[in-house]
Amino acid sequence: MSAATATGARSRYDAVVVGAGHNGLVCAAYLARAGRKVLVLERRHLVGGATITEEIHPGFRFSCCSYVVSLLRPWIIRDLELPRHGYEVLPLDSTFTPFPDGRYLLRDADPERTRRAIAAFSPRDAEVYKQFGQRMAELGRLVKPLVDGVAPDPTSLAPRELARLARLGRGLAGRGEEWLVGLVKMMTMSAVDFLAEWFECEELIAPMSVSGIIGTFLGVRSPGTAYVLLHHYMGEIDGSYRAWGLPRGGTGAVAEAIASSARALGVEIRTGAPVARIQVTGGRATGVVLENGDEIGARVVVSGADPHRTFLGLVGAEHLEPDFARQVRRFKMRGSSGKVNLALDGLPEFACLPGRGAHLTGDITIAPSVEYLERAYDDAKYGDFSRRPFLDIVIPSLTDPTVAPPGGHVMSIFVQYAPYHLKSGAADWEHQREAFGDAVIRTLEEYMPGLERRILHRQVLSPWDLERIYGLTEGNIFHGELSLEQLAFLRPVAGWSRYRTPVRDLWMCASGTHPGGGIMGAPGALCARALLAARAV
Amino acid sequence: MPIPSPFHERTRALCTSYRWKDWAGYAAVCSYDTSHDREYFAFRESAGLLDVSPLYKYEIHGPDAAALLSRMVVRDVGKLEIGRVAYVCWCDDRGKVVDDGTIARLGEDSFRMTAADPTYHWLLAVGRGLRATVEDSSARLAALALQGPRSRAILGEATGADLDGLKYFRITRARLDGLEVWVSRTGYTGDLGYEVWVERDGALAVWDALVAAGRRHGLEPAGLDALDVARIEAGYLLLGVDYYSAPKVVLESRKSTPDELGLGWMVDLERGPFVGRAAIAAERARPPAWSFVGLEVSWQALEALYESYGLPPALPATARRDGLPVYAGETQVGKATSHTWSPILKKYLVLATVEASRAARGTVLELEHTVEFERRRVAATVVATPFFDPERKRRP
Repeated sequence: MSAATATGARSRYDAVVVGAGHNGLVCAAYLARAGRKVLVLERRHLVGGATITEEIHPGFRFSCCSYVVSLLRPWIIRDLELPRHGYEVLPLDSTFTPFPDGRYLLRDADPERTRRAIAAFSPRDAEVYKQFGQRMAELGRLVKPLVDGVAPDPTSLAPRELARLARLGRGLAGRGEEWLVGLVKMMTMSAVDFLAEWFECEELIAPMSVSGIIGTFLGVRSPGTAYVLLHHYMGEIDGSYRAWGLPRGGTGAVAEAIASSARALGVEIRTGAPVARIQVTGGRATGVVLENGDEIGARVVVSGADPHRTFLGLVGAEHLEPDFARQVRRFKMRGSSGKVNLALDGLPEFACLPGRGAHLTGDITIAPSVEYLERAYDDAKYGDFSRRPFLDIVIPSLTDPTVAPPGGHVMSIFVQYAPYHLKSGAADWEHQREAFGDAVIRTLEEYMPGLERRILHRQVLSPWDLERIYGLTEGNIFHGELSLEQLAFLRPVAGWSRYRTPVRDLWMCASGTHPGGGIMGAPGALCARALLAARAV
Repeated sequence: MPIPSPFHERTRALCTSYRWKDWAGYAAVCSYDTSHDREYFAFRESAGLLDVSPLYKYEIHGPDAAALLSRMVVRDVGKLEIGRVAYVCWCDDRGKVVDDGTIARLGEDSFRMTAADPTYHWLLAVGRGLRATVEDSSARLAALALQGPRSRAILGEATGADLDGLKYFRITRARLDGLEVWVSRTGYTGDLGYEVWVERDGALAVWDALVAAGRRHGLEPAGLDALDVARIEAGYLLLGVDYYSAPKVVLESRKSTPDELGLGWMVDLERGPFVGRAAIAAERARPPAWSFVGLEVSWQALEALYESYGLPPALPATARRDGLPVYAGETQVGKATSHTWSPILKKYLVLATVEASRAARGTVLELEHTVEFERRRVAATVVATPFFDPERKRRP
């Protein structure tokens, strides 16, 4: 039967990719580059998945979901010639933290200025800060091979696996024990505890610790969050010597560039084509069925959806071994964040540092103290959104005038915590949404008086909305929490971290696989590489 | 000691980095902030405002003005229509390039010329016996370059003029804040952009008006560091860096013909005599020895080189002008004269002069690159310039 499908009714497509998120597109592009015939099917009217720019208010273009890039692999940018297809990244090289008492801390690309700024809080920390950055960058380099290759499997004694582990170990060898200790500490400690080994002043620790919790349902004092800090230092743009950036035209422009490159390589992309299910016959995936009933056959099906949606939704548990289905169910999604996007009629001002300036063009963090962050987490633990949440804000229109009309501005506010499972139930978000938006604006008004008067339009996205609109199960922005027990060879299920699935000819290519979420593209590219190496297509 | 330009009062207040350099005797801003990043991206995303007053400027008037310039430069200026600007170079009697610049025809008998080096004496010498006067307007005229995708909107708002009709390399009169100015659609960034020329006394008013109009469009004052990155991306030559002025060098090998600089397209031999014509014609009998090319360094090779030292790839943050040898195998076949990391193309770009036989597109050469005090090489491929050429640059 399967042989007949392969030879007789030869499939028109070698691969059909479900979902035109950035990983699906990257995967498709690499497959096409190797001469395969690829079709990408997207449910929505535009490509990008959670990497999109939408004109929510006339003239104002929001990066509705993801809002910065840093981890998009440089080799993918080169292989797919993304700059030629419109990929441009503008610098975002400062972090501004205002405090309720009118003080503020601005850290930017100028090391001396940053040192002086920190010294106002702690002269000691000001000196340590640079050393810390250097140590983290080196640690980041050590674990970088993890991100650029398939996950090594320490449970296997196969020579190739041992070689992979050895390569990672080689970086550590010769650096002395303290490096290994440092790495192990990072893997196990909480972000705050880890930072407290370096720094004394909380005004520095609090805003630095938040990169350990973004997108997870953990607090800055939860063990294991220190490791995620490292991702922050791996952010590389232009090789490895720039940190984070804003894509010109919003993050949607990144997806557009990848799509344009993919099309140039021969990929066919269909939008407005929702997949109802993945066709499984005799334990193997043979194609997909669209919601309109159309059947599309392909030699392999590659899912860009998250593990829950793929296996429990599109495939169906009836086609899975009960044990595998159980493990997929255990894979933690539990979205913890929301987005508030604002269209403004002018530039808002901070009470502590009025006027425009470099502090507005970078990253703005509302994380004034560790206690503040922990209290925000407390609300979430008991099924409520944070009354005074952690906020991560960018105003892209200051550096990229294409996203707002002259004089107007867009403000992107990442908000944590917003638990998917409210104590009143996830569906109650429909009624809580605006109250949640109000809490965010109220929090910001304390620092930016007059902000509310400048708002022309407000888009509030709860995790429930993220699930409904963007297909992210439980609104998890990373297709599954980036916590240690769900990373590397454990992502999404132990034994299935190499993009294959127990369903033959069904592969996974998105953030629910190694190395995980963020606009990184690595899962998509590594999946394509694995598919080709296995001669699956 | 450099002297202040007409805009100094404004630029000084904004230049928080204190990074200045001498440009033609004037104090010019390298970058307003410690890094030129923001200024560079203003050129490419919104608009950058650059003080270009130090450019040498000359007004040539009189019935023989066109004849004078046609005799001096390699292009036929007589054909230039009123309101048009031409990019030109001029040579010595041996056909070696002296300088490059622009000539704008402001009226039937009236031209404005810009140059990188002082050129007054050269104009006088060529114009001897002709009915034309030459005025050195360098100090009298202040100039601003407004470059970037939003420059048209900003200038349109500031002048109230419809600039859509002003095509690439055209010049027109306009009024700005009640002042008479000239606006040309020219620049050194290879992007949509304009240059505004005004009497020195009106300089600050023009600056203020452009800054006010630009506020809503993300305008940033920009310095020479950002310009240097942009001009390399645009593939533009720089006198004293990518080539040398023939009368100023001793060694014959340092001199260049227009063909060797890639400026052969502007040479018009089929007209009356001009300085260097015979020599250029004779030179053309044999193939040129050198060729000015763009090189793109292989990032894979660079990454591998640094990896062999256990380091991540690192490049200088600014565009560089230190000359580097270019090799084919073991033989040095040329020199790299300008190089920069291009933030918009995500490539390491090089302007180089190489043996003409090595200049074909796609030729793989090697560029010297020092890592940890050791001289190494990385592969670099000859590619077409401009490296960056947005459609908006020429779009009507």
